[in-house]
Amino acid sequence: MTVAVEGGSRKTQRGDGPRRGPMSRIRLSYNRNWYAWAMVAPVVAVIGVLVLYPLGRGIYLSLTDADSSNVGRKIGVNEIPDSFSWVGFDNYTEILSGGDHQFWPHFVWTIVWTVVCVALHYSIGMSLALLLNRKMRGRTFYRMVLILPWAVPTFVTVFAWRLILADDGGILNMALEWAHLPTPAWLSDPFWQKTAAIMVNTWVGVPFMMVSLLGGLQSIPAELYEAAEVDGATPWQRFRYVTLAGLRSVSSTVVLLGVIWTFNQFVVIFLLFGNTSGTEAQILVTWAYRLGFGQDPRDYAGSAAYGVIILSMLIVFASFYRRWLARNEKAV
Amino acid sequence: MSTTADRPVAGAAGTAGAVPPRTRPPGKRQLKRGERSRSASLLVHGVLIVASFIAAFPIGWIAWISLGPDKTDFLHPGQIADKISFENYTTVLNDTSFLQWFVNSLIVALGTCLLGVFIAASSGYAVSRMRFPGHRQLMWTFLVTQMFPVAILMVPLYNILANLGLLDTYWALILVYCTTAIPYCAWLLKGYFDTIPAEIDEAGRIDGLSPFGTFYRLILPLARPGLAVAAFYTFLTAWAEVAYASVFMLSDDKYTLAIGLTTFISEHDTQWDLMAATSVLIAIPASLFFYLVQRHLVTGLTAGAAKS
Repeated sequence: MTVAVEGGSRKTQRGDGPRRGPMSRIRLSYNRNWYAWAMVAPVVAVIGVLVLYPLGRGIYLSLTDADSSNVGRKIGVNEIPDSFSWVGFDNYTEILSGGDHQFWPHFVWTIVWTVVCVALHYSIGMSLALLLNRKMRGRTFYRMVLILPWAVPTFVTVFAWRLILADDGGILNMALEWAHLPTPAWLSDPFWQKTAAIMVNTWVGVPFMMVSLLGGLQSIPAELYEAAEVDGATPWQRFRYVTLAGLRSVSSTVVLLGVIWTFNQFVVIFLLFGNTSGTEAQILVTWAYRLGFGQDPRDYAGSAAYGVIILSMLIVFASFYRRWLARNEKAV
Repeated sequence: MSTTADRPVAGAAGTAGAVPPRTRPPGKRQLKRGERSRSASLLVHGVLIVASFIAAFPIGWIAWISLGPDKTDFLHPGQIADKISFENYTTVLNDTSFLQWFVNSLIVALGTCLLGVFIAASSGYAVSRMRFPGHRQLMWTFLVTQMFPVAILMVPLYNILANLGLLDTYWALILVYCTTAIPYCAWLLKGYFDTIPAEIDEAGRIDGLSPFGTFYRLILPLARPGLAVAAFYTFLTAWAEVAYASVFMLSDDKYTLAIGLTTFISEHDTQWDLMAATSVLIAIPASLFFYLVQRHLVTGLTAGAAKS
C-alpha cells in the first residue's frame, strides 16, 4: 500500500496537460459532461443543502435581531412563529465599530494567536523534521513518540493539559515552585491563559507539520545536496536554496492549512477554559460560539455576524496568499 | 563552515575511491556524508529526547493520574505509587454511560466515513477525469468550505435539523460531519485519482464499460489506498469533533465520547480520576488506529494537497 501511495504522489508532479487528442476530446466532452454531472450531483446536493443554504440563512440571520427568544420553535404541539425583525447592517456596524467592546480585542488576540502558533508549529516542526531526516539509531522510535500529540484525540489531551496546568496542584506549578520560580495562574489570569493556550496548541499542532515536512524532505533528491556541496555551498546556503526551495509546495500547503485550522481552532480554547472562565482568552471562533450557544438568551444574529466576518477574513487571506504564491512562483 | 567544500564527495558513487586521500591534521577523522562527530550526535539525540519527553509527558501524566483511586489524587501525584488500582476503570466501564458513548461515537464516525467517502470518491473522480463546465468552481468551493467557522453554520444547521426532526439523532451528526469531510476528501481523492493513468479508463471504455462502470470496476479498486486514507481521515475527524456534537446531541444516551468526557468536569463535581480513566480508554483505541494508518495518512495528505 505504501509503495502505491508514494509512487503515485511523485507522478502527481506531471502537469495538467491534455491527456488525449483534441479531436477525441471535443467529441467526448459533450457525452461525458452528462456523466460528470451525475457523479458530482450528490456532492453538490450535500454542499447545497448543508453548506450553502445554511450559509445563506446564516447571512440572513446576521442581518436580523434573532435570538433564542424570538426564533420560531415548537413547544409540545404549539408552534411559535419567528418574530425577529430585519435590522440591516446594525449587527455589523455595532461589532466593527467596537460598540460591543469585544470584537477588536478578540480580533487582535486571534491574529496574535494565529501568527504565533503557526510560526511555532512551522519552525519547531521543521527543526524536528530536519533532525529526524538523517540516519541514526532510534529514528523510528523518536518519530513514533513525537507524533503522539497528533495520535491521541485533542479533546483528551486538552484535559491532560488542564491537569498539568491546574492553578493549584498542577504538576507544572509544583515544578516551578520547587525551582523557586513564580507560579502563574495558568487557567485564570488572562495573560497566562493566552500563554497556556499557545503552549497547548503548539504541542498539539507540531506533529502534523513535522510529519508533512519530513515527507517533503524525503522527496528532495540527495543529488541536489551533492551538487550544491560540489559547488561549494555553505550549509546555510544548502538549507536555503535546496531544502527550503524543495519544500516550497509542501510548505505553502501546510502553512495555508495551518493558518485556517489555527484561526478556527475551537477545541483547544473551548475545552481548556470551559464555558465559564473570563472572556479575554477567547478567540473569535470560540467567542462567536459562546454568543450563539454559551449564554442565555442565545444571540443567534450576533453569532452569525461574527461567523460571516471570520469567514470573509479567511477568504480574503486565502486569496491573497494564493496570489502571493503565484507571484513568487513566477519570480523564481 | 568552508571546510565542507573540500571534502571528497562520498556520494559520487564509484569515483570516491579514485580521489587521492588528502592530508588531514592528525587525530581528526574525516567525516563521510551523513556521519557526524560524537558531540553533534549527542546533541541531536539530546534534543530529540527532550522533544519526545514533552510530546509524551501529558499523555503519560493522565495515565498515571487515572491509576489513583481518589478524586483528589491529582493534587498529590506522588502518593499514587502506593495505592495503584484500576478502580477508576471498572467504575467508568460499569457505572457510567461510557460504553453507550463509545457505541455512539463509533456509529457516527463509521456512518460519516462510509457516506462521506462514497460521495467524495465519485465527485473526486469526476473532477479529476472530466473537464466539465464548472469543475474549477467546484474545487474552489471545496477549498472555501474548509474555512467555514463553526459559528456561521451552527445556528442555521440547528434550525434545519430541528425542522427535519433530526436533532438528537445519529443522522444529525453524520450529515453535519459530511459537510466538512466530503470537500476535503474529494480534494484528496482527486489528487489520488490524478495519479492513476487515464489510459486505464480509456481501456475500460473501449472494452465497453460505461463511465460509471469504469469508475466502480476499475478505478475504485485501484484507488484503494487513497480511499483508505480518506476513510481514516474522516473517521478520525468525526471521532474527535466537539463543537457540533455539544449542540446537536441533547440527551445523555446520545452523547459522543467527546461530549461525554466533558460531563465529568461540568455536571458532577470535577471527577478528575474518572475523567482520566475515560481519557485513557478513549486514547488507546484511537491512537492504535492512528499508528496503523499514519504513514498512509501523511502521504495521502501531501499528495492531495500539493496538487492544488
